[in-house]
Amino acid sequence: MPVLLKIEGLSKAFGGLWAVQDYSLELPEGKVIGLIGPNGAGKTTTFNLITGMLKPNSGSIKFNDVEIIGHRPDQIASSGIARTFQLLHLYGSLTVEMNLNISYHVHLKYRFIDALFGLPEFIKEEKRMNDLVDLMLELFELKKYRNIQASTLPYGLQRKLDIARCLVAQPKLLLLDEPCCGMNNVEVEKLSSLIKDIQSKFSLTMVIVEHRVPFIMGLAEYIQVLDHGILISEGPPDKIINDPKVIEAYLGVENNAT
Amino acid sequence: MIKVNYSNKPNTFSGIWIPFGVGLGFLFVVLGIFNLVLDNYILHIITVIGIYIIAATSLNLTNGYTGLFSLGHTGFMLIGAYTSVLLTYKVSLRAAYNLPSLPTLLGGANYQWPFLPALLTGGVIAAIVAMIVGYPVLRLRGHYLAVASLGFMIIVTTMAKGMKSFTRGASGIQVIPHYSNLWNVYIWVAITIFVLWRILQSAPGRAMLAIRESEVSAQSQGINLMKYKLYAFVSGAFFAGIAGGLYAHFTRSIRPYEFSFSMTFFIVIMPIIGGSRNLFGPALGASLLIAMRYLLKPAEEALGVYGLVELIYAALLVSVMLWRPGGILGKESRAK
Repeated sequence: MPVLLKIEGLSKAFGGLWAVQDYSLELPEGKVIGLIGPNGAGKTTTFNLITGMLKPNSGSIKFNDVEIIGHRPDQIASSGIARTFQLLHLYGSLTVEMNLNISYHVHLKYRFIDALFGLPEFIKEEKRMNDLVDLMLELFELKKYRNIQASTLPYGLQRKLDIARCLVAQPKLLLLDEPCCGMNNVEVEKLSSLIKDIQSKFSLTMVIVEHRVPFIMGLAEYIQVLDHGILISEGPPDKIINDPKVIEAYLGVENNAT
Repeated sequence: MIKVNYSNKPNTFSGIWIPFGVGLGFLFVVLGIFNLVLDNYILHIITVIGIYIIAATSLNLTNGYTGLFSLGHTGFMLIGAYTSVLLTYKVSLRAAYNLPSLPTLLGGANYQWPFLPALLTGGVIAAIVAMIVGYPVLRLRGHYLAVASLGFMIIVTTMAKGMKSFTRGASGIQVIPHYSNLWNVYIWVAITIFVLWRILQSAPGRAMLAIRESEVSAQSQGINLMKYKLYAFVSGAFFAGIAGGLYAHFTRSIRPYEFSFSMTFFIVIMPIIGGSRNLFGPALGASLLIAMRYLLKPAEEALGVYGLVELIYAALLVSVMLWRPGGILGKESRAK
């Protein structure tokens, strides 16, 4: 499997605080990797660095063998990286369908003149978009909410919509930032199987940031653990849960002195 | 959950041209009937309404759809008005009115441009200025953008006052050829609404909506923020330039201060009152406000209360904000 995303020595400081320090990752195509760590470990910052929202102090990020540091976020997105947000940024006052339509943006190549006069190129591409959006509405069971204003959806559905619209963009790499933040256990289970489904269906490459250990254990084949911006452990899930360093980061050290 | 009655029918060739053809036919049949039965004064009002529909509808592209609150629209109208007027000004009157002859490049001393090319040139110059001004200014958001664009409007009106050799300064330009009429104004109304509708039904329009809703999201979905902000700003400015040109060739006299605060206020509140999320909202707002202005003018004079119209506008604006925050045609509730 060719390497899709290769990160080397990535560092980012906010003032004197290292949010991410010397982070590296080699992600082959089709793999799912989990990124875990306590609050403030630098997981979201890593995502922001990959998507170009933040500029790193040093390091290199190669996507498909192209260095993407210094590219604008929209350029990085059009090259095939999509992400969800921990704090949702849906297009609140637009309909569910419109939220999905907008995500297809990078694939629409027609000129304005095609749209103005309704020329074949425009009709063809818009049809392709509508078909894909219909498929996603079906897959995510959002069909009956098609004309609902996104901000008025129940929270769980908004989370789903956020993932659905990433898939409309047909990304090569999908970054999920705490996809089940604020969900109850039943919803988490459903979401977990949905993500598994779509992962195999579209053979997606994913990086998932998540707090819930069982959720991530069930999804990711490989896990990295961040603490205070430093990679403290990585490996397959069963190795990670038994790693004393990880237990220390999450639970603290056992005090043997007493 | 709130359902939005927004039909996003799949785009087809007939889905574009049938509604447009029907709408256009209907518009011109109605205008034809008006032309036969109504007197000239009312037709005059209807033409003025048309000009304001173009201005308000195009302003709504930035203010309503892209969420860029611009107060500089009248600046572009002024640019369009003065540009087209200088080109179409009667050769025989140029010397008498102390206006410069055209440079050789534009036809020389004995050439007077026909209306349409002059009008288009006015629109294009306004668009070019929008591109130059937009690049730095559109980096700002919210109040900052509003103030910066207002500054642009003031700069433009001051320049029009100051460049006396071209514009005759504050005394303005009179005896402009009377080219605008009911028909060409409403042809431009139809073009403006059609083009805006097509923008909104395709990728650029969706990108603009995305920018209004969340810049962070739009960016992470491959939407180039500056490109689409400029897109909205520049296309809006083009139609503002056209509206300015039509206005000048209709009133037949322009002064820099006409394109200042009061006009800015009018065209900014038109979409808000009519419904800034509806394609026809600005048109409704423009029709209402302009009709009211002409209807209330006699009352104002009879009572001796000058400024009554502005007071009523303000009251109307406040009531709309309180009871129908989406405007008269706005169906969508406001996002919490």
